[in-house]
This record gives sequence, C-alpha cells and structure tokens, in this order.
Amino acid sequence: MKKFLEGSRAVAEAIRLCKPGVISAYPITPQTHIVEELAQMVANGELKAEFVNVESEHSAASCVLGASATGVRSYTASSSQGILLMGEVLFNIAGMRLPVILTCANRAVSAPINIWNDQQDSVSMRDTGWIQLYVENNQEAVDFHFIAYRLAEDKSILLPVMVCMDGFILTHGIESVDIPEGEKVDKFLPAYQLPYKLDVENPLTLGPLVGPDYYMETRYAIQQTMKDALGVLPKLAKEFKEIFGRDYQDLLVEEYQVKGAKKVIVAMGSVCGTIKEVVDQMRAKGKKIGLLKIMCFRPFPYERVYQALKDVPKVAVLDKALSLGAQAPLAEEIKVACWGKKKAPKIISSFVAGLGGRDITAESIKEIYRRLNQKEVSLDFIDLKPELLKEKYG
Amino acid sequence: MFGPLTSKPGSSQANKTGSWRMGKKPKFLQKNCIACKMCILVCPENCVLGGEKNTYHCDYVYCKGCGLCAEICPKADIMMIEEGEQ
Ligand code: SF4
Ligand code: SF4
Repeated sequence: MKKFLEGSRAVAEAIRLCKPGVISAYPITPQTHIVEELAQMVANGELKAEFVNVESEHSAASCVLGASATGVRSYTASSSQGILLMGEVLFNIAGMRLPVILTCANRAVSAPINIWNDQQDSVSMRDTGWIQLYVENNQEAVDFHFIAYRLAEDKSILLPVMVCMDGFILTHGIESVDIPEGEKVDKFLPAYQLPYKLDVENPLTLGPLVGPDYYMETRYAIQQTMKDALGVLPKLAKEFKEIFGRDYQDLLVEEYQVKGAKKVIVAMGSVCGTIKEVVDQMRAKGKKIGLLKIMCFRPFPYERVYQALKDVPKVAVLDKALSLGAQAPLAEEIKVACWGKKKAPKIISSFVAGLGGRDITAESIKEIYRRLNQKEVSLDFIDLKPELLKEKYG
Repeated sequence: MFGPLTSKPGSSQANKTGSWRMGKKPKFLQKNCIACKMCILVCPENCVLGGEKNTYHCDYVYCKGCGLCAEICPKADIMMIEEGEQ
C-alpha cells in the first residue's frame, strides 16, 4: 500500500515485515528514528521481537552477532561513529558468516563532529566482509532490506549485508513509498534457517582460534562468496520483480541514459536522484549525458561496470567519501574496472562532493559535466571554499 | 564457499599444544604427592593424569608448559625444568 512516510519510518515498516527475532541498537543521529520506530512497534506488540537496549554500538553489534549465531534473524542500525565503534564486531560477523542486516544511515565522521550526510562511515567499512548496497530513494530503502535478507541468508552466501541510505536526505525525507503486504514479503523471504548454530543440545564453537594452517582459507572463501553474490543479485532482482512488480535491473548498477552518452557520471546513493534530474534537463537540450548508479559497492561489479562504460568517452566519478592520501574510493574501483581494457573511457575524472552535508545541487552536477570537457582530473573537490583554507595555522 | 568455520567439542585434541612450550616443562616428582588432584583441576589443557598418591604425570604432547600445576601443588611436588632435562 502506498504511504506518505519518513524514510526511517519506511525502513522500520520494512524490517517489521522481515520479522526479525532480535533487534539491538544504540541511538545515533541520523539513524535514531529507525530504531525508535522499531522499539515502539515491539512495545505495541506489532512486532514479536526482542529489542535489546545496550550501552554502545559495540554491544549492539555483539548482541546481533550472538542472536544470529543462535539461529535468530537479527537486525541493527547505526551511523558514523557508531559504525566505527562496531568495526571490530563487523569483521567478526562477516568472518563467522552470520547473515545480520544493518542499516547505515550515512553520516560524516568526526573530527570535527558533524551529523550531516556523506558516505565516509560505510565506505570505511568496505573491507569488513559485509556486502554493501546503496539506495537512491526511500522505496529502494524499503525494498533493499527484503533483498538484503534474502541475499544474506542464501545458503551459498551467508554473509552480512549493510544497506546504506543517506542520512537526513533519505532517513528524514518524506516520500510516497509502497509498503508491500506481509504475504508478499513472506513469499519472497522464507523463515530464517542457519546450517550451523549455537545450540546447547548440539554444542559447537563458532569463530574459534585458528592457526596459520587454517586462517587463509576462511578469507579465500569469503572472497569467492563475494563473487558468487554478484551472480545471486540479478536472480533476486528477477524474483523481486515477479512478486513486487518493481524492476531493479540486475541490482548491481542502474544505467540511466548511458546508451549513446558522451559523458557519464558514476555515483551512488541519493545524489543519483539529483543527477537524473540534471540528465533529463540536459538531454532535453540535446546533450548526450547519462548516469551510472552503483547499487552494489561490495562485492564490486567490475565486469558489469566495464560493460556499461565501454563505449562512453568521458566518465566522471562522484565520491562522497575519501581515502585520505590516496584516490577517492569509488573512483579507484571504476579505474580498476576499466584498466587495460580495449574500449575503456578516454577520461575518468574523479570528484569529491557533499562532504559533511554540503549540498550537492544541480549546479554542482552541471559543473562536473562541464569539467569533463577539460583534461582528466585525478581528484578534485566540488564546491570547495578556498577562503577557509590557509597554509599555516594562526 | 566456506572455509573452516565451526568446531565441535573435543576438537582441541587435534591441536597438539605441546609445541607451544617455550623452554620449560613440568616434572612430576611423585615423592610427596597427597593425591589432592589440584594439578588435574588447574591444568588448562586437561592433560594431567593420575589416581593414587605419587602417580601423577602429564601428557607432553598437550602440555603447553604454563606452569600452573607446579604453582598450585601444595606439596611442591611438581617442578618446572628445562625442556632438555629429565
Ligand atoms: S604445565 Fe600447564 S599444561 Fe603442562 S601439565 Fe602443568 S598445568 Fe598442564
Ligand atoms: S597437586 Fe601435587 S599433591 Fe596434588 S595431586 Fe597434583 S602432584 Fe599430587
């Protein structure tokens, strides 16, 4: 049923329909409304789950790790410093192959403290072994949670999935969202079953110490499984479309006016909405431009990205995160995807925008398209204020 | 794909922790032993064996040389000696 909802509320509704048995979270802006809604649903008896209040995000992540290991579908959400504090446990959850779902309400990280949106928090967790999906709008935020649970719990995958949604822009943005009927979700997402679980009747140890003679295979297995996930996502997209009617292409990337485009921006998250707007305006004026939206950042769909970009002469990559002292994280992947390929774009320029919640306006996007007329930009910031910078302090 | 992920109880038998010893090993003197069994209880590798007085000894395949048995023995009947000694 179509409802006019805040993004956080919409995600809470989606989680309710996924029927988790354990939810544990610690409130942090801008994730708070999601878990507040869920706590309310549990208190009202609308969701039969255990909501575990904890004293930190480290404990929240540990709690869902334990719950998931006992064979209970589990959920948590966080942002920014909270995601960082979970970091140690996030590696453990992936290493123990537990299909936990986490919503990251994307926010800049400290210092200086900043509660507004960029994607540094989740991008910094790209090496944890979590699958990462990025959503453009609140409908995707709802739907990708159903998909996340299906993917995570797939017997051939069994890895945790992080659904990343831009803080405030989506979590606090109110949009019309279709909240599907419970039966449809039940059909798409069967009851949780873990092939290994902690059970006093049948004791086993998860995550034991392993020496040099075992460890490397555990990492190799995750690396291979990540590749397998690239094959599972398109199948899930097809099944999702059959049941819910919404088409997410292959769930890896969305090509928006990429065919025949001379210039394409690659981006992920809510900024893709703004870019589509600009693409529509400029296409109407005859400009051949497009957008490649990355939906799945881990595993990274290198081959699929190359297939989409191979006939595009000029590509700009827009990052809302940095790897300080190196290339921008998404730009790095795009360059790797195209490196050494026959039909690789002539120019792959890298731009960083929107850090700490600075608005990325239609004008910012047009600026990026304009700068594709010049020579390749190895990394530059859009909408930077040079007047705030000085060479020496004081 | 999965690598080694879980282990069943008792699987520690597969890990020959004797290789962890760093130079010292316990010697059960079997002279003043009162069969209090403290050495059995305290051993983290569960590798001390014995029943009657002066019968206690350990399995060096698993003994990791932690010295807890020697520390706890009320009769000082266990000594930590150099690996090469008898
Ligand atoms: S030294 Fe440690 S491991 Fe060896 S027998 Fe004594 S208590 Fe057990
Ligand atoms: S602790 Fe000492 S006295 Fe007690 S059983 Fe062991 S060897 Fe014998």
